[in-house]
Amino acid sequence: MSDVATRAEVCAAAISDNFRGDGEILVSCFGSVPSVGARLAKSTHAPDLLLTDGIASLVDGVQPVSGKRATPVIEAWMPFRSVFDLLWSGRRHVVMMASQIDRFGNQNFSAAGAHAKPSAQLIGMRGAPGNTISHPTSYWVPNHSKQTFVERVDVVCGVGYDRAAKLSPQQRRFHEIRRVISNLGVFDFATPDRRMRLASVHPGVSVDEIVENTAFELAIPDDVPTTREPTGSELALMREQLDPEGFANKEVR
Amino acid sequence: MNKQTTLAAAVGELRDGMTIGIGGWGSRRKPMAIVREILRSPVKNLTVMSYGGPDVGLLCKAGKVKQLVSGFVSLDSIPLDPHFRAARQNGSVEFRELDEGMFQWGLYAAAIRLPFLPTRAGLGSSVLEINPELKLVRSPYADGEELIAMPALALDVAFIHMNRADAKGNGQYLGPDVYFDDVMCGAAKRRFMSCERVVETKELLAGGAVQTLRINRTMIDGVIEAPGGAHFTECPPDYGRDEAFQREYAASAKDDENWQRFKAEWLDVSEADYQAKLQDRRARSETQPSGVDPAGRRSA
Repeated sequence: MSDVATRAEVCAAAISDNFRGDGEILVSCFGSVPSVGARLAKSTHAPDLLLTDGIASLVDGVQPVSGKRATPVIEAWMPFRSVFDLLWSGRRHVVMMASQIDRFGNQNFSAAGAHAKPSAQLIGMRGAPGNTISHPTSYWVPNHSKQTFVERVDVVCGVGYDRAAKLSPQQRRFHEIRRVISNLGVFDFATPDRRMRLASVHPGVSVDEIVENTAFELAIPDDVPTTREPTGSELALMREQLDPEGFANKEVR
Repeated sequence: MNKQTTLAAAVGELRDGMTIGIGGWGSRRKPMAIVREILRSPVKNLTVMSYGGPDVGLLCKAGKVKQLVSGFVSLDSIPLDPHFRAARQNGSVEFRELDEGMFQWGLYAAAIRLPFLPTRAGLGSSVLEINPELKLVRSPYADGEELIAMPALALDVAFIHMNRADAKGNGQYLGPDVYFDDVMCGAAKRRFMSCERVVETKELLAGGAVQTLRINRTMIDGVIEAPGGAHFTECPPDYGRDEAFQREYAASAKDDENWQRFKAEWLDVSEADYQAKLQDRRARSETQPSGVDPAGRRSA
């Protein structure tokens, strides 16, 4: 087994770091890499996180994403109605995917083109409007390109910072887009006007490659750090316990 | 009161242009026997409210739907329903798209006879542009916060599928989630519940604890015994999703030939014939591995 982390493992560690300080909240993840990242966080620095079994229960401890699974120990019932209640209460951090995301973190996975007659119908808004106005939201984009990091999203499902700024301070008080993690880098909104900023490039990726694959102008600091590599023990955890069949590696091109 | 009735009688109440609610979620515990009966009926121009799955795809493909009210349409193990996609992309179906929590709120407002319920969900998003009828309401208290006034979503008829029911209209779900079936019934003028098995009232508690008896008889007008009535969606613990069948359903969107073949084999037949054909098919494929566990468990 190589000591060198795969790109997916770097991304999963970045997603794990993204839950730092979240405490006792529900984590909901879409995609294999975020699922591994959340389990890595819960196995290391964030033991109080709550994770679901993907159906209607919360699972005690950490269930692997792939490979042989023991019968989970259930710690609570979490049907959809309870998820809605919990997310409106704010005790949640969701990592959603995005078919399109723009410079202020507006996200779309509803439809491409005009909503009245889309060129491509996607999954629908799901809970993105309510999630983003109620609790911290991050995004995972495994295919960073000018088609995903767009100048303008066709439909705003997840609310970005420019639209939140037009709401009253009361209405936007729970809005937070924490980070965007793509297969190329990590992005945040730590700029005066809350535009997307390149926070770090993954090992082996250049700033130019990110710029070339992004349809809008990113805020880019003078010195862009490199996303940290997972530690040896994190790699062992991911490969031996959390994702032995490497589902995460299949998600990143 | 014995409320037992038939698929034909329940669906026979539908009129063109009605608004119907369909229980379940995605490809989970959908009242598919009822959906199949609607497909066989002449009714059209329906407004359909559903946490959408293959119920929506089939009704759209059959030209029954004028407008869909929902937050998504998904087959779960297959993320997108190809028939719904086609209907949207050729402009044949209006989509009154809402956040899935707002959608619950609208049904719940109707169920408890309120004109609206306030919510923060939707603020700042395209929901307000897609649904220009939505209005804001200001809190009358010291906070003065402006919220979306999610209007009641009233239904003419609701259809749900339960694991067990009695003839009086008490219903029991034995799977992990009731979804919003109870709220759908609350929001509707007429309420029909199909079930895997009608049992004596005194037998209900043998199946599960008292909190599984979520549907009481004030919520139901008609009970239909329809074994396999959620197929091909999952109906645990009675059965999991029929993934092979669902893949065939999705593949039927490939071209008209595939659709006509699927329709002739599975939709232009009575419910009894549908279930009999399924039995044959199972007998033939007994040796084939199913590939999914019965709970339809997926990583999350």
